Amino acid sequence: METSESGFIKGLLVPGLPQPLLAPEQNEGWARLRKAFEVARDEIAACKPDLLLIYSVMWPSVIGHQIQSHPNPKWVHVDELFHDLGSMSYEFSIDSAFSEAYATAARDRGLTARCVAYDGFPIDTGSVVALQLLNPDNAIPASIVSSNVYADRAETIVLGKAAADAVKAQGKRAVAIVVSTLSNRLFTEFIDPKDDHIHSKKDDEWNRKMLEFLEGGRLEDVAQLSRSIHEQVRVKKVVNFKPMWWLSAAMGQHNNYEGKVHDYAALYGTGGAVVSLTPVPHGVGGKEFDEDDVEHWHGDRSVLDSDDEQSQTLRVAGATSSNATSES
Amino acid sequence: MTAKGEIVAGLLAPHPPHLVYAESPAQNEPKAECGWENLRWGYERMRRDIDALDYDVIVILSPHWQTYIGTHILGVPEFKSLSVDPIFPNLFRFHYELSVDTELAQAIHEQGREAGLVMQMMNNPDFRVDYGTIVSCHLTRPQWDKPIVGLSSCRANSYYNTEVMQEQAIELGKATRRAIEASGKRAVVIASNSLSHRHFVSESDLPEDMSKEHVTNHNQYLWDMEMIRKMKGGRTREMVDVMPEFTDHTVSETDAGSLTWMLSALDFPTYPAEVYAYGTVIGTGNVIASWMPGQEQR
Repeated sequence: METSESGFIKGLLVPGLPQPLLAPEQNEGWARLRKAFEVARDEIAACKPDLLLIYSVMWPSVIGHQIQSHPNPKWVHVDELFHDLGSMSYEFSIDSAFSEAYATAARDRGLTARCVAYDGFPIDTGSVVALQLLNPDNAIPASIVSSNVYADRAETIVLGKAAADAVKAQGKRAVAIVVSTLSNRLFTEFIDPKDDHIHSKKDDEWNRKMLEFLEGGRLEDVAQLSRSIHEQVRVKKVVNFKPMWWLSAAMGQHNNYEGKVHDYAALYGTGGAVVSLTPVPHGVGGKEFDEDDVEHWHGDRSVLDSDDEQSQTLRVAGATSSNATSES
Repeated sequence: MTAKGEIVAGLLAPHPPHLVYAESPAQNEPKAECGWENLRWGYERMRRDIDALDYDVIVILSPHWQTYIGTHILGVPEFKSLSVDPIFPNLFRFHYELSVDTELAQAIHEQGREAGLVMQMMNNPDFRVDYGTIVSCHLTRPQWDKPIVGLSSCRANSYYNTEVMQEQAIELGKATRRAIEASGKRAVVIASNSLSHRHFVSESDLPEDMSKEHVTNHNQYLWDMEMIRKMKGGRTREMVDVMPEFTDHTVSETDAGSLTWMLSALDFPTYPAEVYAYGTVIGTGNVIASWMPGQEQR
């Protein structure tokens, strides 16, 4: 559905490991994912967006959320794990004004957020892979937002809604891109690339179930499954599996999407998939909302804020959500 | 060198970039007025002790080079680049230039493999050395005139649990000791980690405003004090024994394996550590301490 109206006109899920960018020839599945990136790239180009907004689980933050706003970041990046695959030289075009607007929108919803615009800032491998493969000539300005290591559902949903606020305020036609694998258990020994496969049958089954939902356009249903996904197929590096919360909150918390699974393959044991979601007037419906929605973030502690500042924040915030306060 | 090499000191030397920021060295772009003096003066006292030693090389394991497939080791002779902290880029943008003892690095790699560990040399010259390594090395030896050996943190704590992580770290520590002894070199071995590691999630407008600095919660403080008691009592085996609970309860950076590795390399000292300072940085608990074999009776 192509429209001239502003908002998120498409969403994508892509993996952030470097194999599809640096070594697609070493494994048939890596090559298929590379091809899937290229198909997704054409799909993006066809809907003529004016912004790509990336939420990368491979960019952790501690002080709230950080948003890349350097207009022209450039570096020669090397992955800390797969450094033997080679270097990634990049130069990106960042929509600094949008990044600033996103940080403002996030703060308006109670989040801690700031822009980063430093020469040499280490853009994460996942964002580099996504932008190199989906936007190789920098034809579309981009923005990148981090994933806070302590954030859970409420904070992430508010972050997603703030993205929608900023896109609307700026009148952008945007594509939301989440950089994440499905199951994320890597092999813990080096393998022959030709022997790559999903780490376990269980991981594979869960991945396929997620893809079945996404192909059916059931984004919010997958988002609602995030805690189970984290429990079942995610190595516990962070508090939860958050990308679907962010994507659903940014694009709309429903199941009215046309889903396309461009491909699915193992990436050193993890599950890598390239999926696109396009809003449509009528989806599968039948959604189950098991958890409360949340509009505003009130923080989990007042470590630095004075009582007065905290009270002021609460007064400005208006209605609160039981979910947000239960995490306090 | 033909004499048997040795570890002349093991250090717990945490890497909050705030400390470098507060020192305002020429290499770091941001400058501060002051801040975290207790820890910085602790580092000064530690440096006086370490500078008195005759040593050839620094061997360091950093939590901020995170590898999920085994332990990786810097294998390029020279690195020169800009290190920007991804978490605190407002505080740490450090121009570094360092040399690597690739001979010892290769020897640790070989000893680790012989012990059954998954090991990998990092030979990409474009690689950016992690900021944990940079910060701890700068605060230990700001002259940057000693070659280093940089080891990654194998994230077995995430993939399995703290017990498995420690089994691997202990073997890696033994392998490191064997390689150092065979090299004929005198080495300072650094665990680059804090203890309790729950950060604040907001930052004061002036980062060096010390009126805002404190431990995130009392639970963390109690655990940090218990670990320090064990250090001062020479009970390093007990530290390893309680590491799973400590790591879990304080979301500690000991999940990196660096502290366990360093204690293993020293063969678990039974003499007291010299504790130079304890202090918090954005809520996390940091100890600066040393163990010096042969100087137990100081």
